[in-house]
This record gives sequence, C-alpha cells and structure tokens, in this order.
Amino acid sequence: MRTTKLAKLCFSIAAVLTIPEMSSAQQMESHIGKLNGHSDAGKQLFYRYCWGCHGFRGDGMGENWLPTGSFMEPYLNIQPRNFTAATFKCRSTPTGTLPTDEDLYNAIKRGFVLSNMPSWITLTAQNRADLIAFIKTFSARWKNEKSGDPINIPPEPKLTVESIKHGQELFQKLECWKCHGQEGRGDGPSASTLTDSNDQPIRPYNFSVGSRFKCGATNQDLYKIFMTGLDGTPMPSFADVIKPDDAWDLVHFLRTLQDAYKSPELALWESTKEGAQQVAARKVSGTPTGSGFKQ
Amino acid sequence: MPTKIGYAAVLVVLAASAIAFAGPSGGSVTGKVTYEGTPAKQKPIDMSKEPSCAQQHPTPITTETVVVGPGNTLQNVVVYISAGAPDESSAPPQAVTITQKGCQYLPHVVPMVVNQELKVVNADQTSHNIHPLAKINHEWNKSQPPGTPPFSEKFDKPEFIPVKCNVHPWMHSTFVVLKTSRFAVTGETGGFTLPNLPPGKYTVTAWHESYGEQTQDVTIAGSETKSVNFVFKAKPY
Repeated sequence: MRTTKLAKLCFSIAAVLTIPEMSSAQQMESHIGKLNGHSDAGKQLFYRYCWGCHGFRGDGMGENWLPTGSFMEPYLNIQPRNFTAATFKCRSTPTGTLPTDEDLYNAIKRGFVLSNMPSWITLTAQNRADLIAFIKTFSARWKNEKSGDPINIPPEPKLTVESIKHGQELFQKLECWKCHGQEGRGDGPSASTLTDSNDQPIRPYNFSVGSRFKCGATNQDLYKIFMTGLDGTPMPSFADVIKPDDAWDLVHFLRTLQDAYKSPELALWESTKEGAQQVAARKVSGTPTGSGFKQ
Repeated sequence: MPTKIGYAAVLVVLAASAIAFAGPSGGSVTGKVTYEGTPAKQKPIDMSKEPSCAQQHPTPITTETVVVGPGNTLQNVVVYISAGAPDESSAPPQAVTITQKGCQYLPHVVPMVVNQELKVVNADQTSHNIHPLAKINHEWNKSQPPGTPPFSEKFDKPEFIPVKCNVHPWMHSTFVVLKTSRFAVTGETGGFTLPNLPPGKYTVTAWHESYGEQTQDVTIAGSETKSVNFVFKAKPY
C-alpha cells in the first residue's frame, strides 16, 4: 500500500516537472473554419483524455498499448497514433504530406471505426481545435512545413449500373482484391502478410461490416481514402493512376460491397440480374475481420 | 561487321571520356568487400500467388539479405565517402532508376544523392505499391498498376530507407540517400572504386543491409590510389 502511494507521488512529481518543460518547447495554433485552437489549452485536455493511449510523449506508447511480442498482451490491438512521426491516415492531402487542421479535427470528432479511438463529440468544438494545436507540438514537421494542398474532388456523377460495372472492372484491374478480397471482406491473398510502418500486423478494411470507413462515411470520404492513401499503412495512393471519373465508378462499386448497409448503390446493383446473383453468392460468415458477423 | 566497327567506335569514345573524366583531379580509393564466417542461408521465395511473376523465374529466386560472390566477396555493399568530401551544391542531373520486374526490385540496393531524381518503373503484369518506410524523410506509398508510366520522386534528407511492396511481402529494397555522389555498390567481385578524389583526409564507410556499417580513414596525397578493404563478420542466422 505504502509503496503504491509513494510510486504515485513520485510519478506525479515527475509529471509536474516534465510537462511544463515540454510545452515551453513550442506553441502551436490550429485553424478550422472560424475556430482558432491553442496548444496551451490543448495540453491540459491531452493530459486528461488522450495520454493513456497516445502516451506521455505523444508517441503512441501509452500504458494501454504494448507492442506485439511484449511480455503482456496489449489492451489495444491497433497502436494508437504516434504524433512524433507526424504521419496520418486520414488526409485530404496527397501521400507524404501533412494533413490539414480540418482533417485532424474531423478525425477526433469522428473517431476511428474498428479501432479503440472513440468519437470525441463529448468535447466542445473549441476543445477539439485546442487538441489539434497541441498535437502539432509533438513533431517539428509542423513548424518546418505547410500542410499539403487538398486533392481536387470533382462533383459526383449520377449513379448508374454502368458505373458500378466499370468500378468492378477497376477493382479487378487495380488488384484491390489482392488485399481486400474479391468480396471486399479483407481476406485477399496478401491480407495475412500485411504490416504497418511500425511492423505491427494490420488488417485490410472489411467492407461488409458496416457503413463507415476508416476516414468517414460519405462517398467523398471513400474517394479521398484511395486517392490519398492511408499513410503509415499498406494502403497506397492511387491519385496518379486513376482518373476522377474512374474513381467515382470505383466508389459506386465499393458501396455495393457493404452488405450490412443498404446503400443506394447496393439497392441499384441488386435490382439487376447480374448484381443480384453476385450479392446472393457472397459468403455469409467466417472472415478474418468480421468474425462475429451474421447476415 | 559494320555493327562490330560501331561497337568498337563506341568503346573508344567511352574509354576516351573515362580518361577525360578521371583527368587531372587524381586520387582514388579502391578495394574489396569480403566476409568471414558463415552467412545466413537464403530462402527460396514462393511466388505461386503471383503466377505472372513466378513464370519469369524457372528456378525460384531466393531472398537477398546477404548476397555473396566467389572468394567470400560480399555484394550489395554501398561504399561511400562519409566525411572529408566537399559539400555538393546540387544533385546529379541524371535520374536513378528502380525497376520492379518479376516481383523483384532491380537493383536490390539503390544509392542516390539528396534531391536526385528517382524514377520508379513497373515492368510487371501485376500491380505493385512502392512504399518507402522513411522516418526522417516523408513516408509515402503509391500504387503502380501494370502499364502505368514511371513516376519520379526525390528525398531531401540523407537516410537509409527500407522499401517494401505490401502486395508482395517478399519484395524488399533499400533507398540509400547520401549527401555525396562519391559512392559505389559492390557487385559479384566485391570490388569498388571511388575516383576523382582531391588530396585530403577522408572517411570511407561501407554499409550492408544485414551486417551494418564499417568505417576507415584514409589520406590521399596527389594522384595516388589508396587501397581500402572491408571484412564483415557473417552470422549464420
């Protein structure tokens, strides 16, 4: 009992001594629409809500996470974001560039589906903006570089059966199935070999489990995901190899893979003979990423 | 017959330009990289999941973490001047090329100078994604389906960057981004030459992807050729 108390005391002293030192290193701001975030305010929030997972130093090594192969099983099976690397999955900007403040703001607001990162809508918008500003103090990249220019997303063309069919051809041609599987269940031939940039195993997205993607739930979000790539993961950028019209066709096809979410795309696809047959032929259970899933 | 004469002419021109290049600024470092001990046995790669690549290799290729030549020579070692060479004002104008062919990276180790153009080519009938796992430079990850044109990139800071293709997990390469253009990569003979070194003191570094790096200091006076050899201790695992 005494030892625990003493340990806690030592830890508190250490924390008090270290936090001001880190924050004095740099001050950052964030700008999301009319919101202006400040790192000083964000620091208080970070060390209340975020550091258990993202770590004292923002390196993703919080006490809730331990790397694969450690002496204990980790609580979290996906490593929390390491802010010192300044590599982010969900961006509106090209691969290799920093995301915009708005991208990060949206990520905190939305949370990450199929991971332990919840949606922080319980915080105020100002809180979230302050957190973004503080997160930017963990890497010098935010001082030395500007965010990338968001990719151009042309208006979505009208949904047609032809566009779904063409999207399906692209899914084959671009070999999306190598990782995501022919039915988009994250069970392609390369799926089991995938690791992220920290050599931790990572699963390709399983389209059948829900309506939300890693970086949002809209068709625009889906467009952005494969055009910008998810940096730090095996998902590459296709911006240089897919034309905008083709990209929208692919979006329309990918929506039909979401068995658990009756999108307009899936409804249209099932209304055709070919589409109905394909949907009916899909497996119903036993996938690496959707173990509990029943149709 | 005319082609033979053509070849001869080309050779003469090449030789002449080589002499002109070696020219007045004289000294050089030359040597050989070898190993002692037993290097790890390389494992055959199973490409059966990618038939278009598998059929390009009648006998399966092996991993390339340690590639050796006759007489205990060590290949794929990058030997470069790590200190002593004057700063270079600009990157060489010509591009360095890495080609994905038969689900292999050719060459296996790709040295280049900071800000030099790197051209990425996909010669295969399958999609690759080229994913440099940079820590100091920016990490990026681009898909390159078959038939798409080569793309160019560059790195603005010196770094040894592991490269992989996530679709084909056996594919590995290293982008060696250096501050200097004075580098060489050893081939089957393990030999290397760093020419055109003005008189001065230099540090020569030899880097191997499995065995790490070694350095040696060398002083060049006038137009002499200094011999520097590296011996790496091979581990059987």
